[in-house]
Amino acid sequence: MGPLIPQEIITGQWDFVIALLIGGAFGFILEASGFSSSRNIAGVFYGYNFVVLRVFFTAMIVAMVGLLYFSYFGWIDLDLVFVLPTYLNSMLFGGFLMGLGFVIGGFCPGTSYTAVAIGKIDGIVFATGFLIGVFLFAEGFPFYEDFYTANDLGNITIGEMFGISNEWIAFLFVVVAIVAFYVTWLIEKRVRKNMTEYKFE
Amino acid sequence: MDTKIVKKQQPKYINPYFGGILLGLLLLAAFFIAGRGLSASGAVKLLVVTVVDKVAPAHAEGNAYYSKFIPADGSSPLYNWLIFGAIGTFFGGMLSGAIFGRLKKLRVEHSPKISARTRLIAAGAGGILFGIGSQFGRGCSSGAALSGTASLSFGGLIVMALMFGIGYVFAWFFRKLWI
Repeated sequence: MGPLIPQEIITGQWDFVIALLIGGAFGFILEASGFSSSRNIAGVFYGYNFVVLRVFFTAMIVAMVGLLYFSYFGWIDLDLVFVLPTYLNSMLFGGFLMGLGFVIGGFCPGTSYTAVAIGKIDGIVFATGFLIGVFLFAEGFPFYEDFYTANDLGNITIGEMFGISNEWIAFLFVVVAIVAFYVTWLIEKRVRKNMTEYKFE
Repeated sequence: MDTKIVKKQQPKYINPYFGGILLGLLLLAAFFIAGRGLSASGAVKLLVVTVVDKVAPAHAEGNAYYSKFIPADGSSPLYNWLIFGAIGTFFGGMLSGAIFGRLKKLRVEHSPKISARTRLIAAGAGGILFGIGSQFGRGCSSGAALSGTASLSFGGLIVMALMFGIGYVFAWFFRKLWI
């Protein structure tokens, strides 16, 4: 049955309406969870607020397990679901830069949009910096074109990479998430006890 | 009495696990409907491509990166799923902010230990790093780390692990910005 648009069960003219609605729900959930505040987000790195980890990991395991069940019930053809291709060198480097940008800037692109939407100037500056970064990357592209596509592993899944089934991978993710939820809850309690300055905004 | 005041100061956020379940179901719905997950950085990329293509079309055509995203039929790169998704994200955030009373006049949020100016410099620098990184990483937290890993992409897992891992590695150096 699914996915609907790639199989043309929903036709082209509805595409953008659906994109708007999905995007709208995305922004709403991000803002309502507290991601329009960089101080909430950066808390994950200092132990005073693990909201990022909670929302992110919960969403990831719900979607991951959901996809596998949808496939099991025959509701979705996983071959038609986009699996992000892996370019090892480039993605390691990209992840490195994003980690650095994350702890310095306190936002990621999606969360900065919601910060802009509620009037945060630091969100506007982050989003502008993001745009400049994309521009700089594109301008320099000829210099690292080979690096960008080096070590191309194709649309490889985590299970294929480690030689075990993706069902086991999903199960492991759930276990790790539950342990992480518990441990970070303990850490957060301890850090907050010694913290007087952090006021939620 | 004290606790009452503290509670008043605390903004109303939804429970993070509830938010996570909603976000997970939304992501699942996106996979089911569109065959792909959520995205945030793609829209900015297309915006940059569009502007460069308008200002210097020959330069854009000659660059292997820009030209990848310029539609062959001459239509605008902006007429794209990713752009509408990002517009939706902006207004969805605004709606939530309005409902929960966070939609206010322009302001800078920063730790009391640093000035607004320091915060803005850090935000700009972080944004630039994120912008460059997201292109090497084939997506940002939404497209690569969250949607990629949820669809069991190995590359998505790499981006997620590096993004958080490197954040922790460098957290000590930038602690003054936050705590």
